[in-house]
Amino acid sequence: MQFRGLRLALLVVPFSLHAAEPAVHEFRLDNGLKLLVQEDHRAPAVVTQVWYKVGASYEHGGITGISHMLEHMMFKGTEKHPPGEFSRIIAANGGRENAFTGQDYTAYFQTLEKTRLPVSFELEADRMRNLLLTDKEFKKEQQVVLEERRLRTDDQPRAKMEEHFEAVAYTNSPYKNPVIGWPDDVGGLTLDDLKQWYDLWYAPNNATVVVVGDVNPQEVFALAKKYFGPLKPSNLPTVKPQGEVEQLGVRRITVRQPAKLPYLVMGYKTPALRTIGEEDWEAYALEVAAGILDGGNSARLSSRLVRGQQVAASAGAGYDLYSRLSNLFTLEGTPAQGKTLQALEKAFGEEIRRLQDEPVSAEELERVKAQVLAHHIYQRDSMFYQAMQLGATETVGLGWQTVQEYVDKVDAVTAEQVQKVARKYLIDDRLTVGYLEPLPLPEGARAPEETAPVGSDHVR
Amino acid sequence: MSAKHVCQSLVFLFLLISAPVYAVPEIQHWVSAQGGRVYFVPTEGLPLLDVKIVFDAGSARDGEKFGLAALTSGMLDTGAGDWDADAIAQRLENVGASLGTGVSRDSAWLSLRSLTHPEKLAVALETAREILAHPRFDQKDFEREKNRTLLAIKQRGEEPDELVEIAFFQALYGNHPYAHPQEGFTETVAPLTREDLVDFHKRFYVTSNAIVVIVGEVNRADAESIAEKLLSGLDKGAAPPALPAPAPLKSAEVIKQRFPSEQTHVRAGVLGMTANDPDYFPLYVANHILGGSGLVSRISEEVREKRGLSYSAYSYFMPLREIGPFEMGLQTRNDKAEEALRVALDTLKDFAANGPTDKELEAAKKNIVGGFVLRLDSNQKLTEQVAAVAFYNRPLDYLAKFTEKVEAVTREEIKRAFRSRVDLDKIQTVLVGGGAR
Repeated sequence: MQFRGLRLALLVVPFSLHAAEPAVHEFRLDNGLKLLVQEDHRAPAVVTQVWYKVGASYEHGGITGISHMLEHMMFKGTEKHPPGEFSRIIAANGGRENAFTGQDYTAYFQTLEKTRLPVSFELEADRMRNLLLTDKEFKKEQQVVLEERRLRTDDQPRAKMEEHFEAVAYTNSPYKNPVIGWPDDVGGLTLDDLKQWYDLWYAPNNATVVVVGDVNPQEVFALAKKYFGPLKPSNLPTVKPQGEVEQLGVRRITVRQPAKLPYLVMGYKTPALRTIGEEDWEAYALEVAAGILDGGNSARLSSRLVRGQQVAASAGAGYDLYSRLSNLFTLEGTPAQGKTLQALEKAFGEEIRRLQDEPVSAEELERVKAQVLAHHIYQRDSMFYQAMQLGATETVGLGWQTVQEYVDKVDAVTAEQVQKVARKYLIDDRLTVGYLEPLPLPEGARAPEETAPVGSDHVR
Repeated sequence: MSAKHVCQSLVFLFLLISAPVYAVPEIQHWVSAQGGRVYFVPTEGLPLLDVKIVFDAGSARDGEKFGLAALTSGMLDTGAGDWDADAIAQRLENVGASLGTGVSRDSAWLSLRSLTHPEKLAVALETAREILAHPRFDQKDFEREKNRTLLAIKQRGEEPDELVEIAFFQALYGNHPYAHPQEGFTETVAPLTREDLVDFHKRFYVTSNAIVVIVGEVNRADAESIAEKLLSGLDKGAAPPALPAPAPLKSAEVIKQRFPSEQTHVRAGVLGMTANDPDYFPLYVANHILGGSGLVSRISEEVREKRGLSYSAYSYFMPLREIGPFEMGLQTRNDKAEEALRVALDTLKDFAANGPTDKELEAAKKNIVGGFVLRLDSNQKLTEQVAAVAFYNRPLDYLAKFTEKVEAVTREEIKRAFRSRVDLDKIQTVLVGGGAR
């Protein structure tokens, strides 16, 4: 090969991976608000994220989706700023903003040129305690959320199947409910429900503010004191444990609906890092197991099932280390042309058995670790993603330090440990299998009789 | 927004007038010994390198074989030189490198991200070079990848939003090379042969048709070396001829396609502008106000914020080498489709007739100018921005002059430019949905 040596040897950038961990500055205000600041001086920009410890997994039956609904209503004004003005002020300051809700958190963010940080702090502090919930805005936004549900779930065969799958996989864990909520629950929410939910959870002592960018941590702390400091803390409710009961045998679900292709999901109940107790290496070993199966194009699912046996057109595996409650180690895939869901399920089962029966090769293990290390550095190219990681780990109760331990913890995982967790957790008694069986859909071609040239005025 | 609200708070007023000038990174440009155009931006602070090699080899170059460009691109990393797919993936993943390939209507690309660690980078670059220069297109791999593409095309048929987009492009482009979706159709992909791919690669993956974008923590000498090596296995070849201009639209048309979904997906639009349109900036700012700035845009305000009719409602120009589309989009429950479409079209008509208000124009400029740094605040974003400048032959100071050009846009220019491009009598409207029959 022609690439060896020569001028590439000139690339002598000092390269020390373990010195690369950026400093995170942690502050706490008297009212309980936590502030995390990480400097990144590559561009004059700043990301602000406000994370609340409330999400779908905090909801009880009948009001599922309320955290997400409230997230939408958070843009609908305060006494100081009328509906929609939050977004207009951020826009006028050149910013981008949005929000997201998960099982374990509700988070709001702005990205701005660095001198505009006070703009986001002023607005976020204002809506943390002073949201004005009106029936007029709520009625419209409820329709928007129902449209969002139709778009993301009801008209998406795979998303709908996954929703049904989770509802069966979990018995009592709140993860059995979708983040966006069940249709009747979303439709049945009232303004009073939202007011109560807001009063219950939106307080400085239930929030973490994360700032990453071209900033000085002490100056950010001073700004935080100025804007968030005056807010009153709340008496927060005790969060119930809601631990999932032990599963006693394999579960199966078939979802039949109009679709073009079949789809398979398999999920094994596994602890998350937060619920695993003393033996936290187990969580990292599960993380590595997911990497052995799906850590790139060389990993087992692509190499053996998509290319080798050609039983899958696509296949993936995943494990969520950072969830608040115990979660699922999942395998999902689409059977290749002419292959069945049963054949794919069998092939997935064989891959799991292989993890249990044979220690992974040193080469595979090293490859997973090399990728983890590289991607940890790549992530630092995105201020937003770094802020996400700090906010998520802090909000689920792990602490932001977890992010910085990640590479070393993964690096310490042995082949024997991967085998151990596969034998302990990836077993039938913890398994749920879901099939999407397609019902016929009309062909994609347009129906000619419904095509007619008309003047633009005739469009109604 | 009323400006009053902004001014109520002194801190906002102060901030709005004190936007510091952001020094946009300078793009270095040269032509490699093999004739490839190279664009380089050195960065500091992270030990990583992004490389993107772009060819004029998108689906517009398919000829009659719709899907050929996409399948060729998709097969590049399934075998090259002495390596099969496993060997390629292992080489890259052993050093933590990420490699991707893809196509748009205009272009095909290979992107590579690697650590700058010398040995790791050397392996990543050597692998990328072989993938570009000596893809194997083995028969066995070809059959598998073709079948996977055919399945993906089939799955597209369960997505109303994909179906509406395909029908919209067909309505806009007729027989033009932009009309068909990148992946092609079942009946055009099924007859493809590996020889088709070999020929396509030989014709279009050539240095005269290539640009190389390099962004990362390397110096100029390294960047020159990297570009030479990456292109070293490719033929010089020739750039393909220009694409034909799309035929002008004759009349407005409404196309309805029934689909058993709860929502109807709607597109409406016309032929818009090219990437090098002299009115690019007025049109860009115009659309920002009309439907390009998220929830504060006019279309979103009317359709979503005022009426709760759709989760997303937007418009955009998609500038391409030839005239790309201007399109509006939304999706709403079936019984509201007509109403939502009417609101969106009324908003468009009003905008075309009257243009933006002074206040809207000022707010748009503040947003675009004040937020310009956010388009360039990571190596990844920088790579994409530079690749767009390079591929469309825009001036090297395009990014540096961007905010200045936006500041200069006037209401009158917007009205004139928008009316000249968006002919309300030629609007193509497509609705997919309506529920089961």
